[in-house]
Amino acid sequence: MAGKGIAGDIRTAREHDSAHKHVSGTAVYVDDIRVPDDTLVVLIGQSPHAHARITGIDLSAVAAADGVVAVLTHADIPGRNDCSPVYGDDPILAEDVVSYAGQAVFAIVAETMRAARDALPLAKIDYDPLAAVLTIEDAMRAGSWLGPSVTMESGSPDSALAGAPLHLSGRIEIGGQEHFYLEGQAALAIPGEDGDMTLHCSTQHPSEIQHKAADCLGVPNHAVTVETRRMGGAFGGKESQGSLPALLAALAARRTGRPAKTVYDRDDDFMLTGKRHDFRIDYDVGFDSEGRIQAVLFEQALRCGMSWDLSEAIAARAMCHADNAYHIPHMRVVSHRCRTHTQSNTAFRGFGGPQGMVGIERVIDQVAHHLGLDPLVVRQRNFYPHKFSAGTVKGRTPYGQVVEDCILQDIVPRLAADADYEARRAEIEAFNRTGGMIRRGIALTPVKFGISFNTTFLNQAGALVHVYSDGSVHLNHGGTEMGQGLNTKVAQIVAHEFQIDFDVVKITATNTGKVPNTSATAASSGTDLNGMAAQAAARTIKSRMREFLAEQHQCMPDSVTFANGRVRAGGAQMSFAEAVKACYLGRISLSATGFYATPKIHWDKARSCGRPFYYYAYGAAVTEVATDLLTGENRILRTDILHDVGRSLNPAIDIGQIEGGFVQGAGWLTTEELVWDEAGRLRTHAPSTYKIPACADRPPVFNVALFDDGENTEDTIHKSKAVGEPPLMLAISVLMALSHALESVGDDYPMLDAPATPERLCLAARRLGGPGIALGDK
Amino acid sequence: MRDRITFVLNNQVEQVSGLAGDTTLLNWLRQTKRLTGSKEGCGEGDCGACTVVVARRRADGGMRWHPVNACIQFMGMLEGASVTTIEGLQSAGAGGGGLPDGQLHPCQQVMVGHHGSQCGFCTPGFVMSLFAAWCNGDGLAAPDIDTTLAGNLCRCTGYRPIVEAAAALEVRAIPPQFERQRREIEASLMAAIAHDETVCLSDGRRSFTAPTSLEGFAQSYAQTPGATIVSGATDVGLWVTKQNRHLPNMIWTGRVRGFDRVERSGAHWRIGPAVTHETAMTTLADGRPDLGEVMRRFGSTQVRASGTVCGNIANGSPIGDLPPMLIALAAEIELVGPASNRRLPLESFFIDYGRQDREADEFVAAILVPVTPTPLFRAYKISKRFDQDISAVLGAFSVTVSGRRITSARVAFGGMAATPKRAAAAEAALTGAALEISAFEAAAAALTADFTPISDMRASAGYRLQVAANLMLKYGLDVTGAPVPRLTGAGLSAHDLRATPTGTG
Ligand SMILES: Cc1cc2nc3c(=O)[nH]c(=O)nc-3n(C[C@H](O)[C@H](O)[C@H](O)COP(=O)(O)OP(=O)(O)OC[C@H]3O[C@@H](n4cnc5c(N)ncnc54)[C@H](O)[C@@H]3O)c2cc1C
Ligand code: FES
Ligand code: FES
Repeated sequence: MAGKGIAGDIRTAREHDSAHKHVSGTAVYVDDIRVPDDTLVVLIGQSPHAHARITGIDLSAVAAADGVVAVLTHADIPGRNDCSPVYGDDPILAEDVVSYAGQAVFAIVAETMRAARDALPLAKIDYDPLAAVLTIEDAMRAGSWLGPSVTMESGSPDSALAGAPLHLSGRIEIGGQEHFYLEGQAALAIPGEDGDMTLHCSTQHPSEIQHKAADCLGVPNHAVTVETRRMGGAFGGKESQGSLPALLAALAARRTGRPAKTVYDRDDDFMLTGKRHDFRIDYDVGFDSEGRIQAVLFEQALRCGMSWDLSEAIAARAMCHADNAYHIPHMRVVSHRCRTHTQSNTAFRGFGGPQGMVGIERVIDQVAHHLGLDPLVVRQRNFYPHKFSAGTVKGRTPYGQVVEDCILQDIVPRLAADADYEARRAEIEAFNRTGGMIRRGIALTPVKFGISFNTTFLNQAGALVHVYSDGSVHLNHGGTEMGQGLNTKVAQIVAHEFQIDFDVVKITATNTGKVPNTSATAASSGTDLNGMAAQAAARTIKSRMREFLAEQHQCMPDSVTFANGRVRAGGAQMSFAEAVKACYLGRISLSATGFYATPKIHWDKARSCGRPFYYYAYGAAVTEVATDLLTGENRILRTDILHDVGRSLNPAIDIGQIEGGFVQGAGWLTTEELVWDEAGRLRTHAPSTYKIPACADRPPVFNVALFDDGENTEDTIHKSKAVGEPPLMLAISVLMALSHALESVGDDYPMLDAPATPERLCLAARRLGGPGIALGDK
Repeated sequence: MRDRITFVLNNQVEQVSGLAGDTTLLNWLRQTKRLTGSKEGCGEGDCGACTVVVARRRADGGMRWHPVNACIQFMGMLEGASVTTIEGLQSAGAGGGGLPDGQLHPCQQVMVGHHGSQCGFCTPGFVMSLFAAWCNGDGLAAPDIDTTLAGNLCRCTGYRPIVEAAAALEVRAIPPQFERQRREIEASLMAAIAHDETVCLSDGRRSFTAPTSLEGFAQSYAQTPGATIVSGATDVGLWVTKQNRHLPNMIWTGRVRGFDRVERSGAHWRIGPAVTHETAMTTLADGRPDLGEVMRRFGSTQVRASGTVCGNIANGSPIGDLPPMLIALAAEIELVGPASNRRLPLESFFIDYGRQDREADEFVAAILVPVTPTPLFRAYKISKRFDQDISAVLGAFSVTVSGRRITSARVAFGGMAATPKRAAAAEAALTGAALEISAFEAAAAALTADFTPISDMRASAGYRLQVAANLMLKYGLDVTGAPVPRLTGAGLSAHDLRATPTGTG
């Protein structure tokens, strides 16, 4: 029984463990760490060209400049010149070719940032520009791919399509997204004895940085320790992209023998780092007059940028979400991994899933428009069967996984009723029929998101728990804190295990010296994996304590109980601290590691099939919007969300993830637009030009609820579900609602691309025959 | 002249000298004072992570607590002011007590209580924005909170919990004892350090001079060729932080007596060089709700607290928000130099991209805005995001009507040309026409003769032209009695849209 007596137990809305420090400015981020006065800074010299051969490098004037201590090029790297996560295709510093505008070519190590910035223009680098492939369009035309295109297929899509009574086809282009974590990439390197290096990094993946840093320094992994206390946001952008700044700091520290840090300023962060992949999705759909979809062919082309980074797994996840919530018997998804001379795109909350889902949501929406049906009806007709439907009628995804836990049949009607969807839709359509300049739209879209890393071996985690002789507990695990509340949840789990107050558990920085060989904190799996590992560690200690106390108090180990801060053994009763003390005096080990590996999952990459996901997380959102046809300006008027987090470990944190994810997704699909010029230079590289949602952009009416019947059918930590990524995709309702608003303008389907900026909406309204001034061809 | 600056930091007096004139407050706080609670999220005034609160005495003697982007505030601008950072909230400072150990300030407490932080990086900035509003006793109420917080970006929370924290704070309007004590100490320290001398902060290579009199200002400027005038530094600050420009000599308008005044001068409101947007707003927006709404969306609370009206014009930007509106209002500009004192219509100040009708030794002494009511003035700001975004296009319109006929028309656009520019062909189409929608349709079509806009990251040329024409139509609908409801404005809801007339199709 969950002890109602301990403070900060699981299932309570315990505030973020660092909340007090956040609000008082005492939470330490990498750039806040107190460093010795002789700490150096590292500034990256970037390529101005998207694609060019380097024909000459003269950095002598840079090296001679005031305050410059060292200048680094690839020739200064003692070990491997690579900072890529998987394929070995991301040089730390360019050698003879640059492959995107912004790429790191050299690094200045200086006493102050001002000195480094003053020295930057003194570099003389000659380039011989080469033809650049910049867009998906270019890449598809030129056949510029990182690897062969991959196909996922179920049923017989061609014949099913041909046999379907009705057909539609189309294309949607979906823009990328900059992470815009508020804290830019940052790393601090402190050299130690024997060539050792300690790195403090803002990273989701300390182990990877440890391994990459060791490789580039030419030392064994054991010589490098990476520590991460917290990040000021990450969203996937610090899964692989934290390596470059960390490796450069390490190289600078190695070279000078002094501590060194790399902290990207905002523009550099935009120019250097990869983003969410932009996609172009072509589709052909066959369906019947009821809107039942019989076959879909998708061609997904995604812009990976100049190297693989994590694009292979991202492309796979996009394919695995091309069905979203819909049981489509015949489907083919072809995925083209475009290689372009732009930033190497990377993980971003949803990891390809959102783009895959936008594709099918667009298809459903267009089918509904074609049939004159409410898209919600079409959606519901195509849902995967409910989890309680008899075994044989369960749906199978295009990649062969049986969907055993579908609860959309519970969530969607409840949400539709709570949000008064039907009546509001009718009212909105009547409003739009009056033909005003303002049009409104509403849409309900579902989410089914697969939980686990697509790459099976990554689904493992470790933890380390010490109980000190005063009864206080030191908790460490391989996950990293980026604001998602992972540390809070894991500490709740450990507090619950020992039945002690939350504050007795000390949360400590992630450190490769404590828990080795960890996976990135990503794929929403942080709590699922690390929570289990920490629970296992705590249970190991508990069982040792039980055995000892049972012997001491002459009872069965199983009868020793931990509840509400107290331990009972036989007739004796004591505080947790007293029990610990007794165990310590009895020479019982009070330290343990814990380990967890997700069961049941497997993935055949070559055939794009298997059971990549342990389970699915579900949710749905209804969004109402308004747009001004004359200007394309638009805004969200109301959003209602019902989301499934299984049995919530912390409802406040879960709600926070849902709301934050939704607003971030809404930004992706509306105001956040990345613009590169014809030379391949990113022109939107600061918040002055790249617009993430501001306070007024959140839905003014925002009803968010946890699906209270939620319970994971799988044996996850306290039956909870992952929550980091899935809610982002609830924002697809915004795009669909905007499309609905435009549907009232003319007969044609609006074919709205994303992001739906005022410009896109205004020009679409004109195209559809809406009001406004006809300007001819000027 | 003093070669040091004196100000209050977290209720302790600070004296600083020998510092480069372009040192920003944020760098000084983080690097010299090692007060790392204020964060850098952008270094350009857009994210608010660096927000601190700067208290200054108003012209009327009252105290005003301004949220300020420390990343683009030069140290010299702090002379005589009181700066509170996130680290200063829990203590009353010099001689005073503070909160019992570990106890949070109400502005911090509400954020914890409402789960207002996730990663926490934006949080100090939000707390300080709330603190400023709370001290001033305005901006926390539901319809204003989005505006109060428009300059603080949060990528994690989606804002709802922060807005609820603000609502909870509003209820707790009465300052507790220690806070009253903090403010008393602040006021007395500010009074103690006040003086009337010109100050100059310099490391021998880069200087920042803050004269106190008009004569001193004019003299400094005349004697320092190539000096940069600084008003709110919401542009100049970025030259340093973003472009790494070296400005050997900066001269600040902000300390000059009288420069911060808005006063009636004949048929005009005279707006001095140091008048901030925040100060000017009440006067300029009086009777012109659209101007008020554009100014509400101008930058953010932080930017409006520092940025000035004159700076928005002097910078010559083709996308500044005030120039087209002020041109439509027939404003004038006053330029003063050692040998000149002249006034010209604002539109003739803007010659070409990067070129204004201002001699190197002249400065903008005032903007003069006619006091005449302009009931048919309207302005529309088009940007990707409603709040705190630079306009892709801004259209400002003002016609006068006699009977049902348009007797004069002033139409000006930003974002459509290399300068803020009047639309001569469109104005001609309107002038003399009957006040009917057809006149505006004709004027809209005429805009193609007035403008050949460019494509950039904010908008394509095609959209700029289309939306400019549509704005003319929108204006026509507005003034002919079929106004289109606005999608912007504080506290808009679906209900408002349903309730308002919907225009014609
Ligand atoms: C985050 C952010 C958001 C912004 N949003 C907007 C917006 O929405 N709309 C908009 O229009 N602008 C915006 N701006 C730009 C800027 O805030 C305004 O242009 C502001 O009015 C500039 O005023 P200032 O006093 O800060 O100018 P400063 O930076 O002090 O000076 C600007 C220029 O004018 C010169 N100058 C200043 N005063 C005088 C004078 N009296 N005589 C001669 N020259 C002078 C300076 O030398 C410099 O060249 C924004 C800026 C930031 C940082
Ligand atoms: S750091 Fe972003 S506003 Fe100052
Ligand atoms: S809490 Fe992370 S940016 Fe606001």
